[in-house]
Order: sequence, then structure tokens, then C-alpha cells
Amino acid sequence: MATLKEVKTKISAVKKTKQITKAMKMVATSKLRSSQMTMEAFRPYAEKFSEVLGNIADKTGDESNPLLTPKEEIVNTHIVLLTSDRGLCGGFNTHLIEKAEALYEEKIAQGRKVSFTNFGKKGNTWCRKNKLTVDNTYLNIVGSKISFTTASKSGDELIMKFLFGEYDEVFVVYASYQGMASQPPVIRQILPIPVIETKTEVEKGTADRYLPEHIIEPSPDELLNEMLPRNVYIQIYHALLETSTSEHAARMRAMDNATKACNDMIDSLTLAYNKARQAAITAELMDIVGGAEALRG
Amino acid sequence: MAELIRLEVVTPEKFVVSEDVEIVMAPGSLGQFGVLPDHTPFLTSLKIGSIHYRDAKSKPHVVFVSGGFAEVLPDRVTILAESAERRRDIDIDRARAALERAQKRLAADKADNINFERARIALYRAMERIKAFEAARN
Repeated sequence: MATLKEVKTKISAVKKTKQITKAMKMVATSKLRSSQMTMEAFRPYAEKFSEVLGNIADKTGDESNPLLTPKEEIVNTHIVLLTSDRGLCGGFNTHLIEKAEALYEEKIAQGRKVSFTNFGKKGNTWCRKNKLTVDNTYLNIVGSKISFTTASKSGDELIMKFLFGEYDEVFVVYASYQGMASQPPVIRQILPIPVIETKTEVEKGTADRYLPEHIIEPSPDELLNEMLPRNVYIQIYHALLETSTSEHAARMRAMDNATKACNDMIDSLTLAYNKARQAAITAELMDIVGGAEALRG
Repeated sequence: MAELIRLEVVTPEKFVVSEDVEIVMAPGSLGQFGVLPDHTPFLTSLKIGSIHYRDAKSKPHVVFVSGGFAEVLPDRVTILAESAERRRDIDIDRARAALERAQKRLAADKADNINFERARIALYRAMERIKAFEAARN
């Protein structure tokens, strides 16, 4: 049986841990709210953009842009892996890394050379541990305030390397935010740009607005050329936002669970403490009674 | 009371402008263009520059945009820009510093590398930003 003092120290230790997890949960909650708002703010832009892009893609030849054309021979695969910088968010990073690892092994099995871009420290640590080629690392981005410039800069680099033949295909591995309880890791190809689907629903809604005499300047092809790189930036920005939001949601849940576990532990420790105290009192009473009996003789 | 057209300036980060206006002037890639209500449907890319518009009370406004696209429909103008700033949001000191930095780099670098091109764009952006800032003051 643990002594009274030991149990007491343990209880206060658990209480302190609980304070920390509780605080972290609250911080994650407020960050989650703000990154959800950023996601919300991005939606009008993304929707409008894909609407316009789909409309232009309809009017141009499919294979007119190098960013749309798959390479004939694929040697170099590039994976952009998005993880968080910090831990204490449950299985969040593990899931992402597992997904990336599966993709990596698949590509290696096909005889490709694979390199990585890391957003976030956790993915970078994993890459270094496994001695993988890392071309670029961005830290302190996921989970904080993300500016579009970050996405466009890294997107620009990917596009450059794609055009110069350093990469033949580029994938992003990120966490898609599907509500508080689920943030599954997702793989998406960003280069060459997969066929642009014209959303039929959108078209139906706007069919009367897109009149045939829509003037396009400079020309549909040139406009498409300008829009395609931006499409890549948008994909990256979108992935960054989703991953950030997911990270906060995952951390919030993990910390909530931890706080609950602390409560359970405090309960059971308090019970043990009370039992130990009662046992001590009983033992003392027995002593006193025994002593008195002995004196009475 | 003149007819009004809806102007929306959207960036990935937020709605910068969303209001009914009398006229919009925007820097199209093939030249400045003006839009009044009931304009023909029109789609164009934009240069770095300023969007001028008059709101419902004929008050002039300036918004700086760093390139993007504009879609014009009879009842609305949607501008998709990577970044857009109203005059009060322009960080004029930063723009001036960027201008100076770009000028130094242009003076130092050879014209054949990519940094030169970047510096040239940065210079242009800074100049247009300062211009937007000053246009609104007058």
C-alpha cells in the first residue's frame, strides 16, 4: 500500500497535468475557430476560380499547356508532405506519415526516384530518420496563420522544377478536414494538373449567365496559361488550410481525452488516498485501545 | 440616381470589396477598361495596378491589386486577385522599402537571371502600390 504522502504527491502531479491539457485544449479550440474562419473566407475565391477556370478550359484545346500534359516517361516523383510542427495531437501525424510512406513505397516499387517537400517538423523528422531526399522544408507554417504568398512561393518552385524536368509528377499528402471527428489523410496529384472537370451543377446554375458572346482577353489559351499556375497555388493553399484546421481539431480531441483521463486518475487516486487514511486511523485506534487495555491490567 | 453594378473584389484570404457601385475602372492586361452597368460579358486577366471605382454616393475609391482576373457580367464585376488592398490597408513604408530594395537589386544584378525578373516585378508592384496610395490621397 502506498503511503499517504506518496499518494498525495501523485494526486497533485496529475492535477497539474490536467491543468496543462485543459489549457492546451482551450488554445486548440480557439485556433481551430480562427482557422475555420480562414477556410470559410477562402471558399468564395476558390469557387469562383474553379468556375471561371472550368469555363475557359471548355473553350481551349486540352493539351495546350505543359502543366496539363503528362510526361511521356516518369522518373522523378515528388511528394509534398504536410504535417504539423508540434506533437500532442493524437495519431494525426502518424496517419499522414503512414499515407506518405505507402505512396513512397508504391512509387519506389515502380522504379521511380522519390523526393520530398516537407511542411511541418514531424514529417521532416521522419524523412531524415529514413534518409529520404528532402528538397525543401517549410517550418512554422502549418497550424499558424497561413498567407497565400507562402502557397504561391512554394507552388512556383514546384512548377519551375516540373517544367525543368526535375519532377515528372507531384503529389500532395495532407489531412482533409471533415469535421471534428475525422481528418483522414488524402493524396492528391497537383502536377501535371489532372483533367479539369467542369462541374455540371455549377454550369446549370450559371448557364444563363455565360452568354456565348463572352469576350475573353487576351485569348482563352493565354488566359488559361495564366490561370493554371494559380490553380496549383490554390491547391497548395487549400491543403495547408485543411491540414492546419485538422491539426487543431486533432489536438483538441487528444487534449480532451487527456483531460478526461486525468479526471479518472484523480478519482481513483483520491479513493486510494481515502482508503489509506482510513486504514491509518483504524490502525492508530487499535493501538490506543490496545494500550489502554494493557494499562487497565 | 444612376443604375448600379455590383463590385466584388475577392482574395484567397478575404472579401476586400463587396458593394454596389456606379463605375469601375480596372487595369486589364490589354489595357485599362471601364465598366458601367449592363456591360457585355467579359473575362480578362489583370495587370498589377489600381482599381478605381465610384460608390453609390459617387465617392471615388482606389484598391490596389497585384494581378488576377476580372469577370464582368451585366450586373456584376468579380475580381479575383491574389492580393488586394484598400488605400487604408496599404503599408506605405513597406512599399517604399520594397521599391528601394528592388532598385538596388536591379542596379546590381545582371539582366539574364531569374532574380532580375523577380526584382523587376517587385519594383513594379511597389511603384503601383505607392501610386494607388497617392492617388487616393488627392
